[in-house]
Amino acid sequence: MSGVTVSRTTYAGVWGTLVVLTLLTAGIAYLDLGVLNPAAAITIAVIKTALVALFFMHLRYTRVKLTWIFLAAGLLWLALLMTFTWGDVITRRPTVPPPPWPTQDVTSQMSIFKAK
Amino acid sequence: MPEIIVALEHQFETLDQQHEAGWLGMWLFLATEIMFFGGMFTGYVIYRWTYFGAFAAGSKDLEIWAGTLNTLVLICSSFTMVLAVHAAETGERRGQIGFVLGTMVLGTLFLCVKGYEWYTLFQEHHAPGSGFHFPGPYRDTAQIFFSFYFALTGMHALHMVIGVGLLSMLLLKAWRRDFTAQQHAAVDIVGLYWHFVDIVWIFLFPLLYLVDRHR
Repeated sequence: MSGVTVSRTTYAGVWGTLVVLTLLTAGIAYLDLGVLNPAAAITIAVIKTALVALFFMHLRYTRVKLTWIFLAAGLLWLALLMTFTWGDVITRRPTVPPPPWPTQDVTSQMSIFKAK
Repeated sequence: MPEIIVALEHQFETLDQQHEAGWLGMWLFLATEIMFFGGMFTGYVIYRWTYFGAFAAGSKDLEIWAGTLNTLVLICSSFTMVLAVHAAETGERRGQIGFVLGTMVLGTLFLCVKGYEWYTLFQEHHAPGSGFHFPGPYRDTAQIFFSFYFALTGMHALHMVIGVGLLSMLLLKAWRRDFTAQQHAAVDIVGLYWHFVDIVWIFLFPLLYLVDRHR
């Protein structure tokens, strides 16, 4: 559904970039960058995803513009799911268990049940 | 030259419109798949947060060479898949057969490496369950990491198996000369699915194998 036939050279270029990025992310994983380790790994994954979607999945070339709305809908709901779930997890403390029931026998204190 | 079969369903005006509807249908399905895998990714991040040390220990226990090799195999399979789509657009039958077959071979290779990894983990008693054994301070909590590992890679592998099945259907159709430059929606749409499964692995690879490697 691209409308245009993309040249094989373009595909080969994208493939080469994806291979380089894969080796790069595997190499970076061995360096201690602190918080930047997961950040770098995810950033490279997002770049690779964009390349696959734009070129291999023809998102860049398609004349069906509605595709972008479909994709945006999926990503929007994913963003909602992640934002609110993680938001809850990092801002809440575990629920305190309720206090135990009174240990004394309450009924025995009520005169009506007292043995005469 | 066999007779050209025009498979235009009655609800569509033109082949192009039919192709467009199929294309959008697949994108709609992929939007639901984003949320399906997204839910598991969300859970993975929460538990990695909660059991940080156990996840680092579990992640380092995985074979990085297998993960990297599989990433490269899948990227190559996406490349052969897009070349199969290209061959469909230009109506080259030999290209369609060759590249669909190549994609199937690479997909199967991925599953073999994954199977080897699973086999090794079962041998080492790192599969969650009553026989689970993990030396070190994360004796029990490492099980949570491996539960996520098996659930995520298992779901992904299931998608791969389905993908190889769809490709075998394409192979049969290409063999029967069903695809022409005007009519090749199936190749296009299965291609979308295959690339999506590749994207899921592009995220699984760093999350499972890489983020704690330096520790």
